[in-house]
Amino acid sequence: MTKVVGTRLKRKEDPKLITGHGSFADDIQLPGMLHAAVLRSPHAHAVIKKINVEEALKVPGVVAIYTGKDLEGKIGPVPTSWYVPDCDLKEAPQYPLAIDRVRYVGDGVALVIAEGRYAVKDAMYLIDVEYETLSPAVGQKESLKDNAPLVHDDIENNLAFHWKAGTVPEEVCEKAEASVKQSFYVQRVAPSPIETRAAIGRYNPGTGELTLWCTSQNPHIHRMVLSEVLDITEAKLRVISPDMGGGFGGKIGVYPDEALVGFAARDLCRPVKWIEERSEHFTAANFGRDEVIDVEIYGQKDGTITALRVTNTHNVGAYLSTMGPGVSTIDFGLMITGIYKIPYASCETFGVYTNTTPTDAYRGAGKPESTYQIERAIDLFAKEIGMDPVEIRRINMAQKEDFPFTNAQGLVYDSGDYEKPLTKALEMVDYQKFREEQKELRKRGKLVGIGFSTYVELCGFGPSKVAGGIGFQGGIWENATVRVHPRGSVTVYCGTSPHGQGHATTFGQIVSEKLGIPMDDIELVFSDTKSVSMGWGTYGSRSVAVGGSSVAIAADRVIDKAKKIAAHELEVSVEEIVFEEGIFSVKGSPSLQRTFKEIAKSANMAWNLPEGIEPSLEASSYFDPENFVYPFGTHIAVVEVDKETGQIELKRYVAVDDVGRVINPLTAEGQVHGGLAQGIGQALWEGIVYSKDGQNLTGTFMDYAMPKARFFPKFETAFTETLSPVNPIGAKGVGETGTTASTPAIMNAVMDALEPYGIKDIEMPLTPEKVWRAISESEGK
Amino acid sequence: MIPSKFDYVRVNSIDEAIQQLQQLNGEGKLIAGGHSLVPLLKFRLTEPGALIDISRIAELKEVRKEGNRIVVGALNTHFQVANNQIVKEHIPVLAETVRQIGDIQVRNRGTIGGNIAHADPAADLPAAAHVLDAKIMIQGEDGAETMDMESFVIGPLITMLPENSVLTAISFTIPPSHTKSAYLKFSHPASGYPVIGVAVVAGVDENNMIDYAKVAITGVGDVAYRATAVEEKLLGQELSETVIKEASQYAAEDGEIANDLFSSEEYRRNLCKVYTERALKAVLF
Ligand SMILES: Cc1cc2nc3c(=O)[nH]c(=O)nc-3n(C[C@H](O)[C@H](O)[C@H](O)COP(=O)(O)OP(=O)(O)OC[C@H]3O[C@@H](n4cnc5c(N)ncnc54)[C@H](O)[C@@H]3O)c2cc1C
Repeated sequence: MTKVVGTRLKRKEDPKLITGHGSFADDIQLPGMLHAAVLRSPHAHAVIKKINVEEALKVPGVVAIYTGKDLEGKIGPVPTSWYVPDCDLKEAPQYPLAIDRVRYVGDGVALVIAEGRYAVKDAMYLIDVEYETLSPAVGQKESLKDNAPLVHDDIENNLAFHWKAGTVPEEVCEKAEASVKQSFYVQRVAPSPIETRAAIGRYNPGTGELTLWCTSQNPHIHRMVLSEVLDITEAKLRVISPDMGGGFGGKIGVYPDEALVGFAARDLCRPVKWIEERSEHFTAANFGRDEVIDVEIYGQKDGTITALRVTNTHNVGAYLSTMGPGVSTIDFGLMITGIYKIPYASCETFGVYTNTTPTDAYRGAGKPESTYQIERAIDLFAKEIGMDPVEIRRINMAQKEDFPFTNAQGLVYDSGDYEKPLTKALEMVDYQKFREEQKELRKRGKLVGIGFSTYVELCGFGPSKVAGGIGFQGGIWENATVRVHPRGSVTVYCGTSPHGQGHATTFGQIVSEKLGIPMDDIELVFSDTKSVSMGWGTYGSRSVAVGGSSVAIAADRVIDKAKKIAAHELEVSVEEIVFEEGIFSVKGSPSLQRTFKEIAKSANMAWNLPEGIEPSLEASSYFDPENFVYPFGTHIAVVEVDKETGQIELKRYVAVDDVGRVINPLTAEGQVHGGLAQGIGQALWEGIVYSKDGQNLTGTFMDYAMPKARFFPKFETAFTETLSPVNPIGAKGVGETGTTASTPAIMNAVMDALEPYGIKDIEMPLTPEKVWRAISESEGK
Repeated sequence: MIPSKFDYVRVNSIDEAIQQLQQLNGEGKLIAGGHSLVPLLKFRLTEPGALIDISRIAELKEVRKEGNRIVVGALNTHFQVANNQIVKEHIPVLAETVRQIGDIQVRNRGTIGGNIAHADPAADLPAAAHVLDAKIMIQGEDGAETMDMESFVIGPLITMLPENSVLTAISFTIPPSHTKSAYLKFSHPASGYPVIGVAVVAGVDENNMIDYAKVAITGVGDVAYRATAVEEKLLGQELSETVIKEASQYAAEDGEIANDLFSSEEYRRNLCKVYTERALKAVLF
């Protein structure tokens, strides 16, 4: 069969986008459309005493202004979608507009609707809100204390949830010959897609149908949740995700703003558009991470790790967002031992409400944090016993023959061969040579270092049964329908919702290879609840492994039916039909054949179908995998530190990832590159900083350091392919590998460079000043 | 990000600009490239009644040599300055500095007059202006006048530009031909503005004695400054690494070094020394 899967095809979606023919939310113009803006709280914590909208209403063009009180009883709170069990989870209701108290800078206070964007903003600035400020709870550790201000009066100690998994017997720790304790802070970061959030609502009073275009990674989840919030049936609510400029997890969440737009469109019977501003995005869109992670690692002098104890104190912000509670519990806590055969492990997680913007899933969601702590801890342990970081990894990692491998927390890793990418990456970087050079350079006072991250992550969400068990309010199977038109072209409807990943290309490749038809004959439809029957969207590196698999299965079903029709026409039995490269032929008599196009026509015309076969050529699949997938790999960073200024130069970055079957190496590399930029960004540059009063001090790109392309060397990437047995295409997931693996690789490299100073840890991001201070302090000693 | 309402007028000469400023009586604001003003408008940090667009005034676009000085019209964009033959030949440190401003879009729109008039404490250009003894040329209601950098920029975003006047050009001294120059910048990873920027013009005589040294530092405090203490330590000394190192210890002496989220005063003082030393070495060795 012609190879389509595995080839470096250029992205099918690019010509449209780069010639300006995409249609993003802001491109949508509807007749009679109004504009919306949300007035947001400037205070982290305050009581709303009075809202005066009189002056604002006088602005020409203003149509309506709603406050939280106006909406009471008309629109419900926006719930979380992840009720993690057995953790005493306390959900505080998040009303789309604050009613009498604001709980973070950015909390919605009033919704302004006007003709035109200018009027809306002019009016917004004229709304007069009288606040009585309260002291805010800001950092998670302080907010847990007894005397901390309460974000929600009835939630004691601001404790949103308290989750535990695994136990480490005391005697195991006592018997250990060596141990290391370290506290890490995986700081809050802003996902920062190039396109901010947006929503456009249109209500048809005749049919009662509400259409909502919004920047969602999962339109069907938006429909399900918003149908409840807005009290409208799912049959009457249509959610469409238009072309999107990225999401990175920040657009999984169902937000108050989207509910408000839907509400206003229905209330006013006119289309309403809301486009989030960038500075608004920095206050009102979910952030990622913000976890204080305390680790204790125990083991023997020969390098074997015997136990790992982890506590995660997670700042969830003022409300529980859509996936928020799952990040630091399930996603993090079950993966804390990484690739290692550590017999005992425990994780205790405290979810803490604070007067800050909510946090939610961000590229990797929990796995970058778990990888960070284990990959850092194992390095610290190696230093403690004087062992090479590669050796300690080899001693402890699960071996090929251990698969399917059950980790200390009970997760069963589908497949793995950790030595393969490790060997390859070591070759690529030429480890021995580097160590020799490092010795020389150190003599000359140069600080160079190498850092490793041998990671594994939990991806491909996933088995729905498990979703139910872990309290996730959704199934996580995936759906595809392959519809063959009378003249042989194909439309494929998929429940995943790409926003930059290139599914039209990769899923197209799967179909093209299966059906033996050219890519140009295949159209992919995503992201519209009216045309795609059901689906769970795109996040958690699930799209190819779960969605791509359902595409493959549906295509196989099409072939099965087509074979029956071909057999009937060629007057042989189905068993005698072979299908290759788009041709159905008879075994042994290859000249007897039908093309895919001919069968497409026969099936749709239905002039002469075999008995019991219905007309049309179309098949669906609802694929629910039996397990998650666990991509893995080795990343190696090489850095040089300028000891006079603390500046870090990233000299080389080698990433060898095993993501199972690679459908398209070009787009897979693109995913790795993007992930690396974000993971390295976390280590070196990015970080949301709040003041004591809960003001975001990094609320624009003047202060929040999003990495730019020129900050990076040329990434050296490669793949090994260990297929996953849990889905028919053998794919794992590639979208989050870069963010998951790279943060500790960078940190470990910098710490290696700083070894002559005895520096063990520096809090991220590694700003030049922090590094310079660490060096100066150790020199002063 | 939407500014509040304003009117817009385009003017074609300096005189017309002054007339408009007078008529608008404090409500008018000049706009050149808009790359500092528009962000302020959008944040509603400034809400002028009218913008007076000076960007098409031909007389503000010249670059000419006048004796020992190069006069660069206020409306020249950073890109134009960086690529101007006269500038590159006689005052290369200016070209080297503006080449490091922002990104290509910023350099294509931002003007050097706007950059100086805006007096952003983190701007790059003032460092070069200081080492080239820049004179700010102004045309106002009462005719033309000239100010030096020290008296023109008095604080962050505060200048002595008189009411109803236009910054017409900046005039730079051509340094002696035996000197060399450099601009060394540490870009803030977010904004791209300098965390520190050090401009140096320096040279040695035939006996390897330092006979010319101008050092200026920007980005570390409220205003850019000439590091005269460093210059004094260098002048008359025989060139050596030690002399440079020792002189660089005084790099923060003449400035008021500030704190911000990205770097403390202490760290910036360190940067002053390190960057001055490196810039001097780049020029003198
Ligand atoms: C993304 C970005 C990055 C940037 N990075 C840097 C950087 O790294 N380094 C740096 O130095 N700068 C940087 N800048 C700033 C840029 O260099 C300045 O915006 C520019 O030089 C100002 O010139 P302008 O023509 O755009 O001024 P405008 O924005 O038009 O005007 C600025 C101010 O000067 C006044 N003004 C303008 N021209 C005159 C005149 N002839 N007479 C009197 N008053 C006048 C205006 O009234 C206004 O108050 C950056 C800007 C942006 C947007």
